[in-house]
Amino acid sequence: MYPDSFSYSKDHEWVHVEGDIGTIGITDFAQKQLGDVVYVELPEVGTKLEYHQSFGVIESVKAVSDVYAPVSGEVTAVNEELNDAPELLNESPHDKGWIIKIKVKSGAELEKLMPVNEYEKYLEGLED
Amino acid sequence: MSYISLSDKDKKEMLARIGIKSLDDLYSCIPADLKLDRDLEVPQALTETELFRYFDTVAKKNTADSYRCFLGAGAYRHTIPAIVDYLSMRGEFISPYTPYQPELSQGTLQIIFEFQTLIAQLTEMDIANASLYDGASGAAEAVLMANRLTRKSKVLVAASVHPQYRGVIEAYVKNLELEIIEIGYDDSGRVNESELQSRLDEKTAAFVFQSPNFFGVIEDGEALSRRAHETNALSVFLIAEAVSMGILASPGSQGADIVTGEAQSFGMPLSFGGPYLGFMACAEQYLRQFPGRIAGETKDVDGKRGFVLTLSTREQHIRRERATSNICTNQAWCAVRAAIFMETLGAEGMREMARQNMQKARYALDRLTDISGVEARFSGPVFNEFVLQLERPLSEIQSVLEGHRIIGGLALDTWMPGFKNCLLVNVTEIHTRDDIDALAAALRTAAR
Amino acid sequence: MIREPLIFEISEEGKKAFTFPKPDVPDNDGIEQNVRLRKEIHGFPKVAEIEVVRHFTRLSKTNYCVDEGIYPLGSCTMKYNPKINEVVAGLAEFRNSHPLSPVSTVQGNLEALFTTEQLLAEITGMDAVSLQPSAGAQGEMVGIMLVKACLEDRGEKRTTVLIPDSAHGTNPSSAHLCGFKVREIKSNQFGTVDIDSLTEAMSEDVAALMVTNPNTLGIFEWDIKKIADIVHSKGGFVYMDGANMNALVGRCRPGDMGVDVIHLNLHKTFSTPHGGGGPGAGPVGVSRTLEPYLPVPLIRKVDGAFRLDEDRPKSIGRVRGFYGNFLVILKALAYILTHGPKGLREIADIAVLNSNYIRKSLEGLYHLKYASPSMHECVFSDALQKKHGISNLDIAKRLIDYDVHPPTMSFPLIVPGALMIEPTETESRRDLDFFIEAMTAIAREAEENPNLLKQAPHHTYVRRLDETAAARQPILKWTNGDRT
Repeated sequence: MYPDSFSYSKDHEWVHVEGDIGTIGITDFAQKQLGDVVYVELPEVGTKLEYHQSFGVIESVKAVSDVYAPVSGEVTAVNEELNDAPELLNESPHDKGWIIKIKVKSGAELEKLMPVNEYEKYLEGLED
Repeated sequence: MSYISLSDKDKKEMLARIGIKSLDDLYSCIPADLKLDRDLEVPQALTETELFRYFDTVAKKNTADSYRCFLGAGAYRHTIPAIVDYLSMRGEFISPYTPYQPELSQGTLQIIFEFQTLIAQLTEMDIANASLYDGASGAAEAVLMANRLTRKSKVLVAASVHPQYRGVIEAYVKNLELEIIEIGYDDSGRVNESELQSRLDEKTAAFVFQSPNFFGVIEDGEALSRRAHETNALSVFLIAEAVSMGILASPGSQGADIVTGEAQSFGMPLSFGGPYLGFMACAEQYLRQFPGRIAGETKDVDGKRGFVLTLSTREQHIRRERATSNICTNQAWCAVRAAIFMETLGAEGMREMARQNMQKARYALDRLTDISGVEARFSGPVFNEFVLQLERPLSEIQSVLEGHRIIGGLALDTWMPGFKNCLLVNVTEIHTRDDIDALAAALRTAAR
Repeated sequence: MIREPLIFEISEEGKKAFTFPKPDVPDNDGIEQNVRLRKEIHGFPKVAEIEVVRHFTRLSKTNYCVDEGIYPLGSCTMKYNPKINEVVAGLAEFRNSHPLSPVSTVQGNLEALFTTEQLLAEITGMDAVSLQPSAGAQGEMVGIMLVKACLEDRGEKRTTVLIPDSAHGTNPSSAHLCGFKVREIKSNQFGTVDIDSLTEAMSEDVAALMVTNPNTLGIFEWDIKKIADIVHSKGGFVYMDGANMNALVGRCRPGDMGVDVIHLNLHKTFSTPHGGGGPGAGPVGVSRTLEPYLPVPLIRKVDGAFRLDEDRPKSIGRVRGFYGNFLVILKALAYILTHGPKGLREIADIAVLNSNYIRKSLEGLYHLKYASPSMHECVFSDALQKKHGISNLDIAKRLIDYDVHPPTMSFPLIVPGALMIEPTETESRRDLDFFIEAMTAIAREAEENPNLLKQAPHHTYVRRLDETAAARQPILKWTNGDRT
């Protein structure tokens, strides 16, 4: 279910780092909690994000949630497809529903995130 | 008189089921020192008959109805087709709540959807909302919206915008970091374009103007919008007299980005100032920052068309302190009246009504300015309202008019100090030639 | 049932529903020069009068309303709207009066407004009242604006407003509009403001606490005086959201609880019709300290005559045109005068009786998160039905099949799956019992046949609507099939 190569935050964001570029999205757990996503507010390319800074807003029919940067860095790309097809966040949260790519500032921050086995355990704890 | 429908037996049985002895026991959760130990000092209860008598007596202390009245200034007397009252008074329109349960509120929702469509057609804008409190608070909401859209904090507002609208804008922005700068007018009564141009810059969020403006003068909305756009400011187009849209070029065709105003004229009696009906429309790209309720079309599980309140994540009950506005209600019942009004008049009726307003105002302006000692204050074209400059002191003239049972208009200097002996006169399709001639005759005596 | 089309879909050339008289001024006076005119209003309907009448009559039949049955929307106070109030507010002398008429010609209007101010001041125990705000949310905003103006006048710059987590969403939104940061105060296990959290959060940076009493759980804030003392001790103000005033009328008064400013919803406590979502009215009552800042104009009585006082240098100014929703205010005045002192108290008493009757009857069938005594409303949840996969939404939709309007579900946020029930005082025993029986039947259905609930409602004009599609691809107006 949850890709091995990703790192996960307690707020249910994932980040997948290749080179110094990290792709960021929300987890399957998060999209299920939100319900049908109807709109995603994206940041502008070039925005500099601090660790845990809110960089966007996800709206479902009856809820709004902030999305937080799991690592700090500069936004290099946003998933424009979400403008027309916000449902990608529900249908493919770990792949086509990615939200932004950022140039990761420091690898050290990644250490604070959870690897997949730890995140799955974390989810089990939440479901109790 | 009371509207309680429990019998003595009901009360007894209900108290027994709850397990308490008296109504007082229901309040055991309120500390004794907070309980009121006396009756409220309000008049003794009235029966329906006595209540009617009381209100009838109070109402008769109003004598305004016996005058020929030429007051406008943001509140206009117009024709109201009989079916507006007849249909809108149905309990199904008056007594429900906001349509949160769409399966039980398709009537209200479809009418709001039609209202949004009618306003969009009239303004020639992409989208309209379900209504706002009134024109004045609509103006303030538009300023806040422009600020959110541009993230710029300077707003230019024409001095020819209704003073109450300007007042409400000021009250709303006072606590936010927004700067309001007023732009003057020229001898025609229109916005002073060179002053506007000199004040516009890249830090300007919006230019807010009204047309027809407070003096009744029709602005060149296209030129004003173009100026605003030159520095990437938004063009915010206010309309205090919605009837004007029946004949004047629409705000949308003149480059407006946000249009808001007062639609009291569409079926709301004067009502001493309320309830009225704010409306708002904008370009589709601004939807996410659009305040107020919005109805949208969708389908039910059987594939049938239906309507719901939508995009509610913009609103306070979900976004709380980050909402586009704190508005909770719209003026749904007033919007129902306006929808009945607009659909009854139809394309032709709306146009004919507007045409007659313009025609009668022109007739009145010509007749009145024929009188010596009476001049038009501004040279610009007018819709159904205009400013007269009188030679003699206005108070003396007003008392002569009063002798003829005429309220000639609004003494402008009560609101705008620079306008000594100026009268703002409104003429609508309701006024007969006889009314206008009577005003002219009385003014001829008075102005001498 | 006939599917009623949109009016635009039945429009045809050559039809009309209204004719204006021919103008009696010379036609050749013509239209202004140098003005851009429009040729037509594209899309505007062309229909006959009977078509308009049938259109709105048929649409009206798809609306549920208070005149039809119980409408137990919590926090909305959907009580009966007396018909005589429509009659008196419709008197020609009120209805046709221009708001800028010379004051000597509208003494009746001013007397009615003045009287209403006085009566609301007595009912709330506040020193002065402004009738200007158009609705509850605007009343809230005005209340906080008054606090801000007073603080500025004292040279204080406070930045924070405290709001309990049970509050209605307009509270934080209104505070934000006045430039304040919002800090949330936790509720305790009784569902009331947690005194320790409040004490800890209260500082000289806090402008006000916005408290609803009884709160949105229908629970009276027992410690309200202590709460007010804590806020006052650091120089802050207590703002009370009066949405639930229906529980208190004639029994106790916010002014006696240490409240500095309150808004009322005339469309709740004072029975003015909700109109499908407005117009309402949200008067604001204040203590002496805040009076100088009230919006203009105020109504004064000098030597037996009424006048409008605009000359108030400390006023926050104006929040809407003219003087408020006048006709709405008249209906509220009629309601107060109809009831008199004993009748007003009876409103609260029976509202609380009815709510407790429902609570007692449904306890056990539905989960009650907070055991504290209920006032005018009780807040159950779907916690017991959850194990059958049933949510509050399913319960609500099934109620519709029983011809009953569902309770409030969208808040309080601290009760997940909330069912907030407010019967009001005007319901008959028969209708209360009908509601209780429906809820009882649904609790059983949730166990035995959950699918019945999940697919409800079954017999309505439309069934469950796709709100996701409505929000993803918004269609906000009719475009004759052309949706681009």
